[in-house]
Amino acid sequence: MRVGVTVFPGSNCDRDALHAVKLMGAEPVELWHADADLKGSDAVIVPGGFSYGDYLRPGAIARFAKVMAPLEEFAREGGPVLGVCNGFQVLCEAHLLPGALLQNTHLRFACDRVRVRVETADTPWTAACERGEELVLPVAHNEGNYFADAETLARLEDEGRVVLRYLENPNGSMNDIAGVCNEARNVVGVMPHPERVSDSALGSDEGLKILRSVLAGATV
Amino acid sequence: MLGLSDFEYDRILELLGRVPNFLELSLFSVMWSEHCGYKNSRPLLSRFPNEGPRVLQGPGENAGVVEVGDGWALAFKVESHNHPSAVEPYEGAATGVGGIIRDILAMGARPVALLDALRFGPLDDERNRYLFREVVRGIGGYGNAVGVPTVGGEVEFSEAYSGNPLVNAMCVGLIRTENLMRSRATGEGNLVVLLGSKTGRDGIHGATFASGELTEESESRRSNVQVGDPFAEKMLIECCLKLLEEDLLVSLQDLGAAGITSSASEMAASGGVGIDIEVEKIPRRESGMEPFEAMISESQERMLAVVEPGDEEKVLAFAQRYGIGGTVVGRVAGHGDLRVIENGEIVGSVSAEYLADAPVYEREIVRPEYLAEVQKLDLETIPEPDDYNEVLLKMLAHPNLRSRRTIFGQYDHEVGTNTVVRPGADAAVMRIKGTKRGFAMTTDGRGRHCYLDPRGGGAATVAEAYRNLSCVGAEPVAITNCLNFGNPEKREGYYQLAECIEGMSEACEVLGTPVVSGNVSLYNETARGPIYPTPVVGMVGVLEDVTCHATPAFKREGDMVVVLTGTMRPTGESPLAGSEYLEIVHGRVAGVPPKPDLAAEKRASDLVRSMVRSGLIDTAHDLSGGGELVALAEMALSDGIGLEYSVPEIEFMSGHGRLLENLLGEKGAGFIIAFPEERWDEVQDALSDFAYDNIGYTGGERFELEGLIDLGMEELREAYERDLFGVPGEVLGGSEAVG
Repeated sequence: MRVGVTVFPGSNCDRDALHAVKLMGAEPVELWHADADLKGSDAVIVPGGFSYGDYLRPGAIARFAKVMAPLEEFAREGGPVLGVCNGFQVLCEAHLLPGALLQNTHLRFACDRVRVRVETADTPWTAACERGEELVLPVAHNEGNYFADAETLARLEDEGRVVLRYLENPNGSMNDIAGVCNEARNVVGVMPHPERVSDSALGSDEGLKILRSVLAGATV
Repeated sequence: MLGLSDFEYDRILELLGRVPNFLELSLFSVMWSEHCGYKNSRPLLSRFPNEGPRVLQGPGENAGVVEVGDGWALAFKVESHNHPSAVEPYEGAATGVGGIIRDILAMGARPVALLDALRFGPLDDERNRYLFREVVRGIGGYGNAVGVPTVGGEVEFSEAYSGNPLVNAMCVGLIRTENLMRSRATGEGNLVVLLGSKTGRDGIHGATFASGELTEESESRRSNVQVGDPFAEKMLIECCLKLLEEDLLVSLQDLGAAGITSSASEMAASGGVGIDIEVEKIPRRESGMEPFEAMISESQERMLAVVEPGDEEKVLAFAQRYGIGGTVVGRVAGHGDLRVIENGEIVGSVSAEYLADAPVYEREIVRPEYLAEVQKLDLETIPEPDDYNEVLLKMLAHPNLRSRRTIFGQYDHEVGTNTVVRPGADAAVMRIKGTKRGFAMTTDGRGRHCYLDPRGGGAATVAEAYRNLSCVGAEPVAITNCLNFGNPEKREGYYQLAECIEGMSEACEVLGTPVVSGNVSLYNETARGPIYPTPVVGMVGVLEDVTCHATPAFKREGDMVVVLTGTMRPTGESPLAGSEYLEIVHGRVAGVPPKPDLAAEKRASDLVRSMVRSGLIDTAHDLSGGGELVALAEMALSDGIGLEYSVPEIEFMSGHGRLLENLLGEKGAGFIIAFPEERWDEVQDALSDFAYDNIGYTGGERFELEGLIDLGMEELREAYERDLFGVPGEVLGGSEAVG
């Protein structure tokens, strides 16, 4: 399986994501922002960082990068896409996911480990997890405060599209939301960084459960 | 504005044999500032030992480099950004981080870790709180975006730093030994390429500004402080690493203090060549800039590269790919001058050697009078406390000892996925992907100790760093340092500088950790007086097997806890002298702290390290600020596992002196270790030649010292985990109500 990782100017978790893809047992493929080509990826990760310096608004400029056109088409056709941190922000800005990520309510950057609960196993990125399973994942963001209007929020809850929920809310997110998916459930955005806990050498590989989920989906 | 003395001006006249024009004088002004020219510190700095078996590059380059093994090396350096941070804390700190990253990049290394040593005035003052908050935001704002994890550092608060904060940033980079880059320009006819951002008027005469005392008017020099753009830096890093990978660079140098002038003249002087800069080709951010402004601007996020003719097209194409500027601005010349050419006309020409050869001032080292006064300490005035519960809570809540979680929670310490031991331990540990190896790093400074006893404090600073690395299981290899001092033209400042360097050098020799890079920040004085003399040591070490490391946290219930009691030579010095206890509880900074026993420091540290490396222990912490009691509380608080301590009768304790001195004294060479009881026989064998106390067991929800202390972990946590950025005394959700 080929897993593409987009690289925007200012992405800084791209190399970590590429490394994690190797650890999950797939072939990492670097997707340069200026090339409108997914290079035959079977799944795509939009990694964290500060694309275009987060200038204007996190993710606001990256959504216009050339690589986004084929990515949007891939997503519409049901291809599995995972946005992590800044990647989540990019997918929201590109309207591939609903809602927006505002500044943390305490107005500070938050780097910590947080406990989250997997709220649905019915996405390609959580298929290998149990619903209700608790994971400890790292967060590192300044704009991770998930916001959506009341109607959207109700729909997300009713349709089981909240993917991860914080057990200790680090940023003020509505309904403690740490991750959501689109209507077709193939596009997932999460603020925590599964790629940072993909290697037991660093103390935990709980993030591999999320990343490896996509492998199971691919064999169906 | 130019900061040159009459003597220096005469010397310039003599060297040139003519009157320099304003541009030339500006070049001298910046290159002969203390910041660039080390004119007061150079003779003293030569005292530092700088050779060792792992040293690949000592002082004189952009950073020191040591060998790790398996073909890997570490480039590292610490640098100050004190003056800019005093007047514009966010940008001052941010550009301090940006600047030190480029120093590491100039060695050809990928920057992989940042640490910050910070000092501020007390937090009950609003201005100090503002400086502290904005400096931390600036470090995070830059480091987080640029994608280099901030893995360690330290902070202390004292009146001595009111109005003159210290912001020292350290960067560590990783490089294959064969790819080591040097900043030496060579090859007549080679092209000089300016990479990165455009040049503006920001930071004109920043180096000169940093080489004077801070005054009331300093605030008006905010325009001397540059503005950072971490996004531009990130792209500059990736572009330079790509150019190095493609083998397109002859030489690489960062642009820091004094901008192109400093970079070009240093590259020329070390290569024994000249450089012609065609100043009109330097891309400008604003119009109407004079040649001298373009030459000494300290605009950030720029690097200077030397490339062979024919390669420039490739280099510029890569710059374009990474979205950064790339312009050929000059060439390497056979003459030995830094020549500034504007539209074909030479507008300034000075020998690069002259610029690199600032005059040197050697001064007399005279013991200042304040020492006799502050070294007086009558222990009779320091009674045994009535209530140790209250003392411990008060100390844990003090900003000097409180948890740093609210600081490092604002720094991304995991990006890069190499961080094995995160902030909060004695030292940060990182792995090297694809090998079993790792490395560890720490920064340490002991300003109060150096103030009370400059030589002893200098040695103790190095010893503390050595202990910290040993605790995590790393073999200490070398140090970088940032010498933060007052005005060297005054007797007190020069004495402190000379004596601290002597103490540090002695320690470096005994401990086998040479100095491979460093930076000097003098003139840290305000109308209130000088700062504490504060040499900051950044030490790096190597782990052969990164999985064998230790942290301070108690890890299991029922572990045995043993204190290696360190040594106290019978000199009559009390370990309470200069201690945190004396300052926090009695409001006094006085006495002569025990002289570090360097041989004992080495022996104890080496023992602890060998126990960690063999896997015998995974829990270790050194004794430093707050002594044994605070160290034990920190270990318990890390993961919330309590302690039951059976206090031995005082005559049976292996330390000397009173109970208070044993529990809260700071005597050096001490450690606390914990391990499962079944290893006791093995541990006992390892400890056979050492003085130690077997004090009790981990476990439970309480922190108990038999008959002295009985506190719930929750009470300890409330004191220790208070937000450092809160307003002292203000009740915030009840958390500030205690104490």
